[in-house]
Parts: sequence; structure tokens; C-alpha cells
Amino acid sequence: MTDIMDTSTPPRTEDHDVPENITKAYWRENLSLMGILLTIWFAVSFGAGILARDWLDQFSIGGAPLGFWFAQQGAIFVFVALIFVYSFRMHQIEKKYGMSDDND
Amino acid sequence: MDPTLLWTAFFVIATFGLYIGIAVWARAGSTDEFYVAGHDVPPLFNGMATAADWMSAASFLSMAGIIAFSGYDGSVYLMGWTGGYVLLALLLAPYLRKFGKFTVPDFVGDRYYSQAARIVAVICALFISFTYIAGQMRGVGIAFSNFLHVPIEIGVIVGAIIVLFYAVLGGMKGITYTQVAQYCVLIFAFMVPAIFLSLQITGTPIPQLGFIGNAENGTPLLLNLDRTLVDLGFQPYTEGLKSKIDVFAIALALMVGTAGLPHVIIRFFTVPKASDARKSAGWALVFIAILYTTAPAVAVFARSNFIDTVNESTYSQEAARGDIPAHDLPEGSTPGWFYNWENTGLLGFTDLNGDGRIQYRADPATNEVTTLDRDIFVLANPEIGGLPAWVIGLVVAGGLAAALSTAAGLLMVISSAVSHDLCKKVLLPNMSETQELLIARSAAVGAVLIAILAGIYPPGFVAAVVAFAFGLAAASFFPVIFLGIFWKRMNKEGAITGMATGLLMTGAYIVHFKIGFSSIVMGVLAVILAISAFILFMGTRSEGKSTPALLYAAGGFALLGLLGLIGVLPSIPMGTSDQWFLGISPEGFGTVGMFCSFAVATIVALATKAPPQEVQDLVEEIRIPSVHAHPVHTDAPAE
Repeated sequence: MTDIMDTSTPPRTEDHDVPENITKAYWRENLSLMGILLTIWFAVSFGAGILARDWLDQFSIGGAPLGFWFAQQGAIFVFVALIFVYSFRMHQIEKKYGMSDDND
Repeated sequence: MDPTLLWTAFFVIATFGLYIGIAVWARAGSTDEFYVAGHDVPPLFNGMATAADWMSAASFLSMAGIIAFSGYDGSVYLMGWTGGYVLLALLLAPYLRKFGKFTVPDFVGDRYYSQAARIVAVICALFISFTYIAGQMRGVGIAFSNFLHVPIEIGVIVGAIIVLFYAVLGGMKGITYTQVAQYCVLIFAFMVPAIFLSLQITGTPIPQLGFIGNAENGTPLLLNLDRTLVDLGFQPYTEGLKSKIDVFAIALALMVGTAGLPHVIIRFFTVPKASDARKSAGWALVFIAILYTTAPAVAVFARSNFIDTVNESTYSQEAARGDIPAHDLPEGSTPGWFYNWENTGLLGFTDLNGDGRIQYRADPATNEVTTLDRDIFVLANPEIGGLPAWVIGLVVAGGLAAALSTAAGLLMVISSAVSHDLCKKVLLPNMSETQELLIARSAAVGAVLIAILAGIYPPGFVAAVVAFAFGLAAASFFPVIFLGIFWKRMNKEGAITGMATGLLMTGAYIVHFKIGFSSIVMGVLAVILAISAFILFMGTRSEGKSTPALLYAAGGFALLGLLGLIGVLPSIPMGTSDQWFLGISPEGFGTVGMFCSFAVATIVALATKAPPQEVQDLVEEIRIPSVHAHPVHTDAPAE
């Protein structure tokens, strides 16, 4: 899947130190995933619902002005999706680095 | 007896019986079960319990009404009280769960290797929780007095005894499973009238679609409402009165505050593992979003319907006296529910121009709907929708479920802060688990007694509960927890100064603009500071770092408090909105407090020495939430 998996010994999961390069790579992937999701979090609420709402209101979704809709409904739907995407992606990342807690 | 009252009594008694039954089934035997439900609550159930814990009487009864009156400005609550879960799931919950302790002060105390930091965190947690719980008990009392016609005092006491019963018996375990039941009650009670209202007004059973749908005349519902409101002299619904910067600041303060509220955070200690904390936050937000995306729809339906059916309708004196049944009234008459709710005092009509008809206007000189309580829009929904009497009973039971579940969660924070953080970790480190459980239960009893008093004689600060609880959580807890996880270099000096900065700044701003620094208020604050200084002195004595200066400070504050309470300190008049800092209201000031707390914490941490190696290792450890490389429990309780 990635170069990390090819160059290092298989990571161990129980009662051992995880090699440092693995934890670093894991943490970097976690942070960049977080960065992307938090950008979306900011964009749909503070962006679409507050800062850019006047401009967005020229469009509409059903019978509601778009900016107003984001502030009252849209942002909340996106928030829910963001958490599940994070949970799902983190599960994949943890599996990739042998850090899954599935069997706990 | 009328059927509404009978059904209400039936639902209230039935649901209370259910909660007590669950409490007996889920008794707690160990501190582990008492504080964190034995760490084995499935994520889906924890999501439901979190949702019930989170949604208070205000979310259930008042929020739709607040949005109905404030239109776009109400968005701050919708976004603010949901967006925080994204921060929780991504930034805090999995790591705090990996840390594996019981409370938020546990994390602060261990991560910052300092009793002083722990004590400051305990004081913040207690203050936030007491403010919040007083509001909940008041809500319970009002629900009782309005619907079961018992005095507010009795209502408060009955509600408190129920909460006490399952909190003392079951601790976190009992609370968790009653909250699951309470979520089911409250969401059913909220959705049934909303679905019928949506069908009636827009023809679709899904309120979220009705919200963007068309009214009967074929134009979009929102556009219709905007036009009607402008005709009556109101602000258009989709426009707000608040400035952009204020909306921004309030939404951010509420989001960050949500993520920093101790009663929300401790819910994530109850799941089995870190990955479950993420899932659980997702489920919690799903369950919250069901209500939070329905509320703005209910707001639009209710405001539109109110204007359509009440404005310019002919008020019937006979119906008001109960001489003729409401369904016999001719077309164009004021609907029957209006008279019913007039009797409760939540609605009022004064015929200013004497034409026998109701004029609903923005201008107070011509507006004849002289009382219009914001809670009416949720409470009267079943009647407006023409639903049977049992639905009203259900809504009352739902409101009580919302208030009780939140009160129980807060009670848990108070009880664990006193028994675990203060007694076990600071004052009496050698006590046994049995003693700790006894103290936890006694603390819960003590907290309930104070909550009863606060519910019966609501102190002035209850009105500012949102500003206080969220502002203080945003400005004190969030920065230290966040930096504690994401910045290894963060040390105790930074944490203590950061928390203190956020707490004092935000607290002072809110008091100045919401309550005013009168002599008594200053006295109470000085007493709180005196107690805090004394606990700090006692707590740091065991570390050998105490200074008599703390004792002198406590004495000084106590004296000042006494002077304040007898009323001899000078008063500073309450601030007005044109004096707001950058136009930011007290509700939004938590955002400013948070940024200042971050700044002070970072600068102080950089200027002082790095934390010890074992603390940096602890941070490394919790950053890999799913792997148990080292046991993180340094002083794990007997399990």
C-alpha cells in the first residue's frame, strides 16, 4: 500500500513499542486527514452559513436561499458525514499501520 | 378531569417508573462502574445517551421558539450546538478515552503534573455544572406547574428525587441506560407533532423537506413567511439582526464550548476503546441532528401557522369563557388552542383598538398579542396540528426527559469532581474504594439539594446560563485539553495561566454585561475565590509547594466577600450593548477568551521549562489511540 509497509518490519500491536517511524507516519496521516475535514467543517458552517451567506443566497435549494439553508440545515448534515468519514478513514489508516483496536 | 391532564399524568408517571426500573437494574458496585459505567457501553447506546445528556429542556422546549422569533440569527444555536461534535470526535474524544481515566480534571492534573492545575479544573467543572443544573431544575419545576397544576416547588423536588434516585444508585451506569430511554421518549415526543405539522402545512411528512418546500399557495414557505413578516412590520425571517462578527463569535464559542463541557466529555470515557469514542461521537450527532434539523422546520411551520390562524382572527369571548366548544366556532375565529394557552399565561391578547380581532404586529403600540412565550411553539404544536390529547401528554414527558437526562449528567460531573478529583486525588489520597463511593454518593445528594434550592429560588445567573457554561468551557477547558494532546511542549505553567486567563476574562465580561458587578455579586465572587484559594492551599500542601500567600489571599477574599455580601462595596453599573468589545455579545465572548487563553498558554509555556520526559511519553502514548503499548493507568483503581 505504501512505502512504509515495504521498508519496515511488520508492526506489532500488543504490548510492544511501535517503531518510531511508523508512529510518525501514522500521526502525519492522521493530522492531514484532520486538516482536510476541519477545513470542510469551517467551510460549510462559518463559510457558507455566515461569511459567504449573502452571496450564496442568490442560489436556492428547494424553496430556501442556499446560504440560509446551510446555516440552518446543511451544515449539520455535513457535520454528521464528517465524523463518520473520519471514523471510517482512521480505521483504515490504523489497519494499514497495524494499530487497529478491533480485537480489544 | 380533562383528558389532557390525565394523559399527561399517565405519561409522566409511566416514564418516571421506567427510569426507576432501569436504575434498579443498573446498580453500580465499583468506582469504575460508578464513574464510567465500567467502560463497556456500546457506541450506539453511548451515542443515544450523549444525545439525551446533551439536549436539555432548552433544546427541546425553547430552541424551536427562539429560532421562530429570531429567524436567521437562530442559526448560531443550530450550528453551534452540533458543530462541536466534529471537534470532539476529531480532536478530543479518542485521545481522552485512550488516556483512560474518569474525569476531565484527571486529565488536566496528570497531563500537567500539577495539583494546582487539577484544582483549577475542578473549580471550573463545578462552576459550569452548577450553573447549568440550576437551569434544568427550574425547567422541571415549570413543566410540572404548567401541566400537572402542582406548585413549582413540588415539581422541582419530585424531579430532583427521581434524578437523585438513579444517579446515586446507578452512578454513570444507571444514568447511561436511563438516558437511552429518555432519548427515545424525547425524540418520539418531538417528532410526532412535527411530522403532522409538516403534513398539514407543506404536504410532506418529512419536516426537513417541508422546510424547503412550498406553502399551499405554491410559493416557497420561507418566501411566504418573509413577505408576511415584512407586511406586519417584522424583520424578514431569513435576515438577522445580529452583526456578522457576533454571529461568527457566538457560533464558534458554542461549538468550542460544547467540545469542552465536562458532562459531554465524560460520556466518551464510558465506551470500551478509542475507536469506539469516534463512532460514538458520530452516533451522538446523528441522534442530535434528528432533533436539530427538525427544530428549524418546526420554527418556520409554527410561525407561519401562528400568523395564518391568529392574525386578524375574530376573538370569541364565549370560547374564552368555555361557554361554547372551540370546534363550533365560525370560520375566521381565533382557533381553540389560543384560549387554552391563554389560561396558562404563556399567551395573552389585549384588544387595543376594540375591533374584537387579534392584530399581531411588530410595533408594540399596535401589537395585540401582548404575551407570546417562546416555548409555546413546541408546547402548542400538538393542538395546532389537531392531534389527540395523549400527544400533549407525550410532549410534556419528552420535555421532562430532556431536563432530567441533562441534570443527571451534570450531577455525575459534580459528584465525581468532589469525590474523585477533590477528595481522592487532593485531600484524602489514602481512602478506600468503598469510602470513595460513599463520598461520591453523598456528593450527589448534596449537589441535588443545592440544585433544588437553585430551582426554587433561581439566582440571577441562571438567565445567563448559556453564556456562562459555554463561554467558560470554551475559554478554560478546550485550550488546555487541545494543547495537552497536540503540543508535547505544553507545560503546567502554560496550562494554569491559560485556564485562569480564559476563566477570569470571560467570566468578568459576562458578569459585567449580563448581571452587573453589584456589591452582592462581587461578594459572592470573592467568596468563591476565597474557597478556591483555600482548596489550592490545602491541595498543594501535600506536594510541599504550598505558600502561606495562598492562605493570606483566601483570608483577604473572604473579608472582601463579607463586605460585598453586606452591601458596602461600590457597584459598577451593568454594561450596555453599545459598549461590547468589537460588537461581540457576552454569548460570543468565549471565542475571544479562548484565543487569549491559547495565546497566554503558548507564550508562558515557551518561556518556562519543558514538561518532564514521562509526561511527553504519555502524550506520545495517547496519540496512538488504538494501541496499548504501555498501560496508561498510573494509579488505576481496583477493577
